Amino acid sequence: MSNRIPVLKTYKTYVGGKFPRSESGKTYPVKNSKNETIAHACRCTRKDVRDAVLAAKSAFPGWQNRTAYNRGQILYRMAEMLEGRKSQFVEELALAGGKEKQAAKEVEAAIDRFIYYAGWTDKIAQVFGTINPVASSHFNFSSPEPTGIVAILSPENHPLLSVVSLVAPVIAGGNSCVLLAPESNPLPAVSLGEVLLSSDLPGGVVNILSGYHSEMAGNLSSHMDVNAVFNSSDDHSLRKLIDENASISVKRVKHYTPEDWHSHTVEDPYLIQEFMEIKTTWHPVGM
Amino acid sequence: MSEKTEPDVKNSANGSAKPTSPNADLKSEFAAFLDYAPAPESSEDAEIKQRYHHFINGTFTEPVKQRYFKSINPATEEVLSEFAEGTSEDVDAAVKAARRAYDKVWSKLSGKERGKYIFRIARMIQERSKELAIVESMDGGKPIRESRDVDVPLAAAYFFYYAGWADKLKYAFPGKTPESIGVCGQIIPWNFPLLMLSWKIAPALAAGNTVVLKPAETTPLTALKFAEICRDAGLPDGVVNIVTGAGQTGAAIVDHPDVNKIAFTGSTEVGKIIQKSLAGTAKKYTLELGGKGPNIVYEDAPLDQAVEGVINAIFFNQGHVCCAGSRLFVQEGIADELIEKLKARMESLIVGDPLDKNTDIGAINSKMQFEKIEKYIQIGKNEGAEFYQTTCDLPKNGYFCRPTLFTGVSQSNRVVQEEIFGPVLTIQTFRTPQEAIEKANNTPYGLASGVWTDKGSKIFETGKAVRSGVMWSNTYNKFDPTSPFGGYKESGIGREGGLHGLYPYVNLEH
Repeated sequence: MSNRIPVLKTYKTYVGGKFPRSESGKTYPVKNSKNETIAHACRCTRKDVRDAVLAAKSAFPGWQNRTAYNRGQILYRMAEMLEGRKSQFVEELALAGGKEKQAAKEVEAAIDRFIYYAGWTDKIAQVFGTINPVASSHFNFSSPEPTGIVAILSPENHPLLSVVSLVAPVIAGGNSCVLLAPESNPLPAVSLGEVLLSSDLPGGVVNILSGYHSEMAGNLSSHMDVNAVFNSSDDHSLRKLIDENASISVKRVKHYTPEDWHSHTVEDPYLIQEFMEIKTTWHPVGM
Repeated sequence: MSEKTEPDVKNSANGSAKPTSPNADLKSEFAAFLDYAPAPESSEDAEIKQRYHHFINGTFTEPVKQRYFKSINPATEEVLSEFAEGTSEDVDAAVKAARRAYDKVWSKLSGKERGKYIFRIARMIQERSKELAIVESMDGGKPIRESRDVDVPLAAAYFFYYAGWADKLKYAFPGKTPESIGVCGQIIPWNFPLLMLSWKIAPALAAGNTVVLKPAETTPLTALKFAEICRDAGLPDGVVNIVTGAGQTGAAIVDHPDVNKIAFTGSTEVGKIIQKSLAGTAKKYTLELGGKGPNIVYEDAPLDQAVEGVINAIFFNQGHVCCAGSRLFVQEGIADELIEKLKARMESLIVGDPLDKNTDIGAINSKMQFEKIEKYIQIGKNEGAEFYQTTCDLPKNGYFCRPTLFTGVSQSNRVVQEEIFGPVLTIQTFRTPQEAIEKANNTPYGLASGVWTDKGSKIFETGKAVRSGVMWSNTYNKFDPTSPFGGYKESGIGREGGLHGLYPYVNLEH
């Protein structure tokens, strides 16, 4: 053991492809399982939520218009980048008190999850789109398109795997998103921003905020530019708040609390479709 | 009515004062050799009882509180019939019947057998199509040509389409096992009463659910005719229940704890209230809400076709269409010519007796809706928009509104932003496709849109950029049971019709 003093990492947020600190200037302590403080994370508030939604809104048209092939390439690149930084994430998960073996298993599952959704980007329209044999002389087809800007509330368990499992289907379909990182341990989620930035994912497609969900969820779910909410918290009163806020602008809401984030059932193309709109196009047929 | 007329109650948009449009000469020229003799459909083919009850558990059931409300024929302002006013007690009885039918009969029936019942219903709608069309027009005011050629045949077609799905559901959801949900509460609007009923009930039954449906309070008649069809088809008791009433009856359905899914079609305003009241519950829901459809005409469009399309987009069903093309965007170079042609074509539209086969535009559905349209016409005038209405004669009684245009409007005008749900079109011009797309997307709605151009690549580019659930290119207001329908943004959640219309009615298991 050398006497070198290790360099500690300052955890910030990931918004619009940059790593700003919270506008509030506040942080909160992140504790490990022994209740020891392992880092300080940004305690984001309303203003950060607004900035993040704005970043997501600016990024949406560009990301939506990328080819499905290109989106798949970028999701695959995320897996590559995460694989390359595997040890960093294992350490970060272990730091919070997890067993190293479990942590490694979680990181590997997260990498594989990116691969899984990378492969869906150019198939989703084939599996969920239709050509409709209408009883008139029209050509008619239906194809899924991204819903828009999705707010994602992550759960408290599996702070890396859950976040990847929630973000990947949303961006695979061409949406942009604002993620509220797991409150008790936002560190892997915030570090994931570094992976995303180095994967050619355009800035603003994924925006990651840390802080107390109770201080952000209300603003995020009532924001008029948010089109959908993907909630993984099982807190009933938070769910109700999200549902009620969603009704202000008819947002789509998906509450999703799988029992086991490692399960293959979490790999699900229907989760991509949850955040897509079916558009049906008609055109006359005739000479 | 002249565009220069001052706002004036006596001379209101639909008053009886003789119109003096600057285009009146167009009319006389046209009408001189084209005056149609009345060709009314006989209402004798339609038996209308003096009073109708709920249809609960296979039986026509009197309301617990014994209250009834009247439904008016909007073309004559005469009372057509009386209907039971549903209270929470009635809704509870209907939900209990639906639950019993679900548990004991319907969920145990094979998809094949379920499908055969639905096929039967489809056939019986066809058999009674003339009667259904006539009462639909009498109850709701829509022209007989539309109820005869669109509403009723399409309603039958939706039942045929979904009947076939009942035993093939596993093919609709690759990788999943679809399971029925339970009791579905369904609330439908007054603009396409029987057709909306078919959009709701057909997929629900095909997927193995039972139903409590509430038709709109101004148009409950065809739903109760449909109840007779269910009875005659031998559909097991309680599989379909119809409860009539107004908003409170609908709220009782939405709030009932034993309802598993809510499907609502109606205004965005009410949709939001429903979404809010479902907060914190496990109920699934689909909402099919309002719209303010942009209809974009590029300068390379076939002009005459586009004019027909614009007419159909806004004046079909008196403009009582959630997906109506109520915002016309015309590229600058052709704007004058198109508007001139549009006015000339509008002059030939016949507004009048819904039962007359010559009628193009029937009666406004209710007094309330009529007053709402008048209010918006006044708002448009007050906002300084240029107002134009055709000169056709209107019947003395009933709620009628002449085809109406507002030009010179801006994006922030209320008549451009808000859904009027009547025969009122706003016209804006644009220079570049980007401008048209930006304006098209600049409302909270996203239900349907239209694009007119001869260039395929432009259709796809516009179609991709405009955020709406339906994109009619070089056509408008077409519907088909195989074709999914539903909105982006505040126009709703979920799709009805087609394969995608099955999703709201199943739970998907791994």
